[in-house]
Amino acid sequence: MIINHPLLGPRDSAEFTYLGDAKLIDRPDATSENAAQEFYEYAYLRDNPAGWHEELWFHEAGDRSWLVVTRNTLTHEISKVELARDVARSRGRSK
Amino acid sequence: MSQINRLSGGQVNADQPLKFKFDGKSFTGQQGDTLASALLANGVRLMGRSFKYHRPRGVLTAGSEEPNALVELRDDARQEPNTRATTVELFDGLTAKSQNRLGPLQFDLLAINDRFSNFLTAGFYYKTFMWPAAFWEKIYEPIIRHAAGLGSLSLQEDPDVYDKGFLHCDLLIIGAGPAGLAAALTAGRSGAQVILADEDFRMGGRLNCETFALGDQSGADWADSVIAELASLPNVRVMPRTTIIGAFDHGIYGAVERISDHKLVPDAGKPRQILWRIYTKRTVLAAGAIERPIAFENNDRPGIMLASAIRTYANRFAVAADQRVAIFTNNDDGHRTAQDLYAKGVKISAVVDVRPDAPRSMDYEVLSGEVIDTKGRLGLTFAEVRLADGSLRTLECGALGVSGGWNPNVHMTCHQRGRPTWNDALAAFVPGGTLPQGMTVAGAANGDMTTTGALKTGAAAARAALKDLGLTAKTIKLPQAEDTPVAIKPFWYVAGCSRAWLDQQNDVTVKDVKLSHQEGFRSVEHLKRYTTLGMATDQGKTSNMGGLAIMAELAGKTIPDVGTTIFRPPYTPTSIGVLAGRHRGQEFHPKRLTPSHKWATEQGAVFVEVGNWLRAQWFPRAGETTWRESVDREVLATRKSVGVCDVTTLGKVDVQGTDAAAFLNKIYCNAFAKLDVGKTRYGLMLREDGIAKDDGTAARLAEDHFVVTTTTANALPVYRHMEFVRQCLLPDMDVQLISTTEAWAQYAIAGPNSRALLQKIVDPDTDISNAVFPFMACANITVCGGLRARLFRISFSGELAYEIAVPTAYGDAMIRKIMEVGAEFDVTAYGTEALGVMRIEKGHAAGNELNGTTTAQNLGMGRMVSKTKDSIGSKLSEREGLNAAGDLRQVGIRPVNPADPVPAGAHLMNADGPVDAAHDQGYVTSACFSPNLGHAIALGFLKDGDTRLGEVMRLVSPLNGFATTVEIVSAHFIDPEGERLRA
Repeated sequence: MIINHPLLGPRDSAEFTYLGDAKLIDRPDATSENAAQEFYEYAYLRDNPAGWHEELWFHEAGDRSWLVVTRNTLTHEISKVELARDVARSRGRSK
Repeated sequence: MSQINRLSGGQVNADQPLKFKFDGKSFTGQQGDTLASALLANGVRLMGRSFKYHRPRGVLTAGSEEPNALVELRDDARQEPNTRATTVELFDGLTAKSQNRLGPLQFDLLAINDRFSNFLTAGFYYKTFMWPAAFWEKIYEPIIRHAAGLGSLSLQEDPDVYDKGFLHCDLLIIGAGPAGLAAALTAGRSGAQVILADEDFRMGGRLNCETFALGDQSGADWADSVIAELASLPNVRVMPRTTIIGAFDHGIYGAVERISDHKLVPDAGKPRQILWRIYTKRTVLAAGAIERPIAFENNDRPGIMLASAIRTYANRFAVAADQRVAIFTNNDDGHRTAQDLYAKGVKISAVVDVRPDAPRSMDYEVLSGEVIDTKGRLGLTFAEVRLADGSLRTLECGALGVSGGWNPNVHMTCHQRGRPTWNDALAAFVPGGTLPQGMTVAGAANGDMTTTGALKTGAAAARAALKDLGLTAKTIKLPQAEDTPVAIKPFWYVAGCSRAWLDQQNDVTVKDVKLSHQEGFRSVEHLKRYTTLGMATDQGKTSNMGGLAIMAELAGKTIPDVGTTIFRPPYTPTSIGVLAGRHRGQEFHPKRLTPSHKWATEQGAVFVEVGNWLRAQWFPRAGETTWRESVDREVLATRKSVGVCDVTTLGKVDVQGTDAAAFLNKIYCNAFAKLDVGKTRYGLMLREDGIAKDDGTAARLAEDHFVVTTTTANALPVYRHMEFVRQCLLPDMDVQLISTTEAWAQYAIAGPNSRALLQKIVDPDTDISNAVFPFMACANITVCGGLRARLFRISFSGELAYEIAVPTAYGDAMIRKIMEVGAEFDVTAYGTEALGVMRIEKGHAAGNELNGTTTAQNLGMGRMVSKTKDSIGSKLSEREGLNAAGDLRQVGIRPVNPADPVPAGAHLMNADGPVDAAHDQGYVTSACFSPNLGHAIALGFLKDGDTRLGEVMRLVSPLNGFATTVEIVSAHFIDPEGERLRA
């Protein structure tokens, strides 16, 4: 596969390490009332869609960016590649 | 008897004779021959034995789709099994052996299997070898492996090298027949970056095999002139002997280029093969078509071939398959073979055409009818024909060309799960479904079966690709060529036949397909797996269609309703050697050397692989005969005076920024925010699920600067994890990370004299007295007269100890300096074994304890997990299940009898009661011999271990019958109060 890195352009997927569902960005708030349940779901429950999936890739043999790659698990088509940091900010993870 | 079947002409060179051996017998061929064509030229039809029944077999085809003529090529270490004689380019000195036989090829003793064919039908293995299970390994499998194997391996190391490479292009063209050449010429003249690849050593595809003219040239001459022009263009890479093996995601193709397969040994410095990864924007698949046979009784005798193969041998290789040839066909193309051979003076026994309205010929007999059986034990002698009027005829022939029509070669179109669709006019499947990204199909591969069709669609596909890429296509003038559609009557097998072969490589007959249907295995996928139809190395290129057609008929469905299986990479069998490339033996992965490696080598160190690193394991001295002697000496010397060990391999991460402390507070479960500058702290990292991930130290060199260490094995994953936390969880923290593992050479200096030794290295203005530089202190200092260094007072051994880091370029100088100034203290270099012994003696957890199943609580560090902050893993480490009574706790273990061993991996059982998994109490994780205590010691995990010190238990290893008695003790065997490290 070829991943179109937002900063570096098209790169071979062999340069990357795969982590999994980009929901891992949404780490729960430990002070929330339901924290135990929320952390359990965060750590263990994942969707496994046959189709579009937002997932985390690490450019380990490159610039060390974490990326959110929107990939179709059936066809391997990649529709969007973003810096995970930007996604994290857009999901309200700024301090 | 020399080349009795050699004709004149063709693309072989009679002036270049090549000597070769087959089964020990010497023959002569010509340059341009394949092994198969050279054998046929010499009158050799019998080339192997079949997989299951050991039936005599010859060639079926003239290409890479060959199911039968598999031979062992070359001798000794270069021996290569299962090479197809039809693709082996002949060279002088070639040696080949037939395979899959017991005794000589003509008298294969395993041919007895053929007599038992009634028992060896579809599903034979499933039905016969079911019981008893124990028989599998000892009886059934060895027999089957011996009898039903293919070729054999030399079991010697491959002396050749294989390379890998990367290529990029605008347009990849797969196949250099008329469609591929027209595409390449169009794109090449238009200036696009083009790669033209063909598996054959001679490009041109069917143009080399036919007598059609292109304009005023022969097909082969036209192909030659086009290839010469393409080769002269700087933007075109012409790659003969190159098989595209797979179409992968996003326009990536795998290709194997056979650089040296056509030579006795590779030229000096040349690889045997290269695996290319080709990145292309567009692809034209011009892989042509593959003729398919018709099934009839005993249709597998040597001499029975595809009609097109007989034509190829005659036109390209100047070889008559035999002096007397018959044809069996359901279409016009079969007649072309008869015409071409007749024109070359070969006797045509008859053309048998299943169609009543078959085209007649003035030159030879054409019969409407069917071939119903054949004769000839080791090679065809007669064909029995049933004529349309029911009468029988016997044809004398040594070769029988069979043509059941042509299948577009859709293999590569399936690699991204594109499913071919049925075309009634062609009676064949054509490319369908979703093709690999950027691929178009041209020529016969897409069902355009005439030469003109191939030229036109090839050029058009290239023009479309160029337009897509924003390039201007030049129009090229295509030559006049034949454009005659081939009439065909679908015909798959002769009624009433039973031992009629569909898949010759896996010995699957019409009868097997019928049996499969009868027993309920009716979907194409079930049919394939039950009968093994199409599952051999040829992936059923010549056999699948026949099986599908028969299944359709039995099920009362049409072929498109039955459907088809799809193809997977690789297109043809690919050697493991080329997939591995240079990554084998010592080069399997990169080798990382520590800064003291050169010095350690000089000392005669024994090295061990730790991840990619080579670390000194111990340093043997003269007179030491076992590793234990060396390790015991290193441990005792370190604890008595001072020892030094290269610890560079531990991961180092520089953490800088105003939020550095807050960041560490997040990744470590214990508190870091209030660590003073100039201090180091042990840190435990958890995974989010509460399991221990890694441990190490973090040294605060400045308010906004920490140096974090990780274990050697986890250097990469921990760094990755830290970047995940920084970028994905805390995106706006002011903190930067960089791995500095390779930037600093780091040495542990341990033992009561370590301070005295260091005193001789650090510059005079650095006070390392216990008062100023106590346990867990750290500082940026200078050594040896101004060299910048980092000093940490940390201890893995439990002794008074330091770790000193200098820029890696000074690593070699530093170890030599340490050894030089340490001579007066008898400084001793120690390796990873002594390191391990000392950490077990001290009770420090390492990888064996942080094994991915243990929590901070298990490790006896439960109280370290801060409750006052949120860190990775802190929430889930509070879970009930991880904090239950009866949890494992780290303990020390010693044998009751000091002479007994305490092996790692053994399990703890109560002193009384049953010994079984249900009564398991814990297990040993790390064990060694302690030279300080004079007996074996171990660390392990025991249920409620912290409350069971002093208990005597049984230690068992049922796997090898080991059992002994041990005592549970504190994990801190040496200096439990920690007085040494604070001295």
